[in-house]
Amino acid sequence: MGNDVGILSFGAYVPRLRLQRTAIAAANTWFNPGLRGLAKGERAMANWDEDAVTMVVEAARDCLTGFDRGAVGSLYLASTTHPFDDRQNASIAAGALHLRPALRSLDAGGSLRAGTSTLAAAVAAAAGAEGHVLVAAGEHRLAKAASLQEMQYGDGAAAFVIGSGRPIARLVGAHSETVDFVPQFRGHDRAHDYAWEERWIRDEGYLKIVPRTIAAVLQATGTEASTVNAFCLPCTLSRVVPGVAKRVGIADGAVRDNLAAVCGDTGAAHPLLMLAHALEDATPGDLILVAAFDGGCDALLFRVTDAITSLPRRQGVKGTLARRKEETLYQRYLAFNDLVTLERGMRAEVDKGTPLSLLYRNRDMLTSLIGGRCRKCGTVQYPRGRYCVNPQCKALDSQDDEPFADRPASVMSYTADRLTYCPDPPAYYGMVQFEGGGRMMTDFTDVDEGKVDVGTPMRMVFRIKDVDAARGFVRYFWKAAPVTSA
Amino acid sequence: MASGIKDKVVILGMGCSKFGERWDANAEDLMVEAFEEAIKDAGIELHQIEAAWFGTAIEDQHVGKSGVPLAMTLRLPYIPVTRVENYCATGTEAFRGACYAVASGAVDIALALGVEKLKDTGYGGLPQRGRGNLNNLYWPNLSAPGSFAQLATAYRAKHGVDRGDLKRAMAHISVKSHDNGSKNPKAHLRNRITEEDAIKAPMVAEPLGLYDCCGVSDGSACAIVTTPEIAKSLGKTDLIGVKALQIAVSNGQELQYDEWDGSYFATTRVAARRAYQEAGINDPRREVSLLDVHDCFSVTELVTLEDLGLSPEGKAIGDVLDGFYDAQGRVPCQIDGGLKCFGHPIGASGLRMLYEMYLQLGGRAGDRQTGDPVFGLTHNLGGFPSQNVSSVTIVGRFGA
Repeated sequence: MGNDVGILSFGAYVPRLRLQRTAIAAANTWFNPGLRGLAKGERAMANWDEDAVTMVVEAARDCLTGFDRGAVGSLYLASTTHPFDDRQNASIAAGALHLRPALRSLDAGGSLRAGTSTLAAAVAAAAGAEGHVLVAAGEHRLAKAASLQEMQYGDGAAAFVIGSGRPIARLVGAHSETVDFVPQFRGHDRAHDYAWEERWIRDEGYLKIVPRTIAAVLQATGTEASTVNAFCLPCTLSRVVPGVAKRVGIADGAVRDNLAAVCGDTGAAHPLLMLAHALEDATPGDLILVAAFDGGCDALLFRVTDAITSLPRRQGVKGTLARRKEETLYQRYLAFNDLVTLERGMRAEVDKGTPLSLLYRNRDMLTSLIGGRCRKCGTVQYPRGRYCVNPQCKALDSQDDEPFADRPASVMSYTADRLTYCPDPPAYYGMVQFEGGGRMMTDFTDVDEGKVDVGTPMRMVFRIKDVDAARGFVRYFWKAAPVTSA
Repeated sequence: MASGIKDKVVILGMGCSKFGERWDANAEDLMVEAFEEAIKDAGIELHQIEAAWFGTAIEDQHVGKSGVPLAMTLRLPYIPVTRVENYCATGTEAFRGACYAVASGAVDIALALGVEKLKDTGYGGLPQRGRGNLNNLYWPNLSAPGSFAQLATAYRAKHGVDRGDLKRAMAHISVKSHDNGSKNPKAHLRNRITEEDAIKAPMVAEPLGLYDCCGVSDGSACAIVTTPEIAKSLGKTDLIGVKALQIAVSNGQELQYDEWDGSYFATTRVAARRAYQEAGINDPRREVSLLDVHDCFSVTELVTLEDLGLSPEGKAIGDVLDGFYDAQGRVPCQIDGGLKCFGHPIGASGLRMLYEMYLQLGGRAGDRQTGDPVFGLTHNLGGFPSQNVSSVTIVGRFGA
């Protein structure tokens, strides 16, 4: 068993807001009538306080359901929209997930293949690694207003634990081709992608590079294409994936839905999201082929094991997709994605500078939401002071670490504030009381008007607290979200 | 238990500037306006002031730090000037410093002056500022109305109050204060409003609408205090004595310990108990003649009336709607118009409340005079319901 390496667990996260494509079309067809034909379904849209890191944290929490976090020895984070160019994004996620400090971590990016390439690297590394490898990919994709990409893209994340034990799927084989074929690119310091003609991408790219990569993995593993039960290949071009399947001999029925209608393409995260989705539907013995195309191609072939039937229940792709709120205000999408110059008012001008030494010194409290539990009286408290808060105790330095992130909570008091600055007013915040003790005053997120009251069950989520636009820093903290929407 | 300062200190003179959007005035002008009235009222010379306490909270918006701005503005004669800040209870904190200096015998005559020039921010409401480096990293970006609005949600949940009933009681509180403020030439807002105006006003922070919130103003108020003996030697009669000065400060229990339910001020209850003890008041509902509370928001006034022991817990709504606290009621509250009509120039507010008590106790409140009061209470609060500074001051007829 010790060397039985494979996927041990998976998780997914798609932000709750689903921008209706009809809303995009209604605003933009005056300029680009071609969008009318795409005005179907919905795309996932990150809330203003979500980015690749926060979404990855949610996918990873889902993935780590029932899992010993101390067993994770590596964290690989793949994205082409990392919030930081220099400050390891994986280390932020590691702090939020309260992973052990003895952790190997890296950020991967630079291509929409980053997710699959990282997954392949993790499987290769896991056999010799100390501890499991947590692979996570997330994207907050940006596109220009009235572009095709705006219709096609979506935001989301997926996560996998790779390691030895009782894998739910084992890697049968993998093959990659690296080719400087550029369907789209985003130069240094540019916010948006620049794409080339779709017909060329289809004919010279997808239909040539992907089939030969897949053929190589099938041949190397002695696998008949017709035995593949699930084929995951992200592609925003219509009818291309069935074309690829046909060329390599994969059955039509094996081609997995690319979630275009309900989520959109989540970039480097998308093949992983599709793989997680396929695993939810898989039965033991199934062969799942996942591939990604961009600057070449990755293809990974997995066989599902019996262990999948005993995986603890989680939200997964279906759960996160079901947790949705239709967004019909295209203007809100523009504002959240900095695509419009909004008058934010003088109250938004407050300096958001973060003293890094202070952040470091208080990283357990701020990034990992660790409070204290008094050894003398048992009182749990957040944040922890040097003296216990129990008026009958007040013991000095008597508290052990007490994590609050996964502790259920409920609303004790709240308001919807229209005076203070919030990128999505009104600002909901209030006091939440944790089950088993402890309370805190914090921001709420993902709240629907009229759907929060004293007693509403809440769940803590890791989100962007403030953006320091003057210095390019992102400040994260934990917020309370209604359980029904979290 | 110490004997307290009851009647060890009397008010020799007070002054209060016109509150409002004082586009014409710097903080220094407001200070002079309040001080000139006070020193004339006291009937002393500048050189007789031996120590001063200067209250200002958002000093970076106007005068800057330290006691120097007060000394420079008034040309004080090289005396000790202490600048104090304790959230919105700053004015009372300045008064406390001056009173304690006199009570201790360290000085004969002391000055307390509070000022705030808020209307140079470019927007309505209190200035948006940082809360301290660490707090900035995890506190919600809360506004004053947003933090006090939570009192209303928690109060409603605890007492099972209907949303409409609570809103109507809050409206009555604001209507009453506007009625009172309309008679006060120094108030900022002098218009009268109706309950319907208050209930239908735009929402600021649920469930607080525009008329549930106090104004934002510029202003200054000032007190000169001394011993009863010196006051008498200066020819003063009908002295107004300081009966009690109590402040209670949150220690994190409300915010972090699972006891407080969010519907009241734990601090005010403690400060009130101590103040009644210091003043020798046993039954506040019968003995307190009138009061000015920190009505930064209508709901603050509502729950404070219970915290001060004037209305039984859960019963303030009934008292308010019955007119118990109206100008003609048994215990008039906010007879000057309160923060609701004066606005809240932070450093000045605590002293402004005392100014009205001083006028009322001296029978000098003109149209607003409420009979023949014996004890006047002021409640000056700073911070947030979950962590705050609460002060209760009682002044009254000397010897009462």
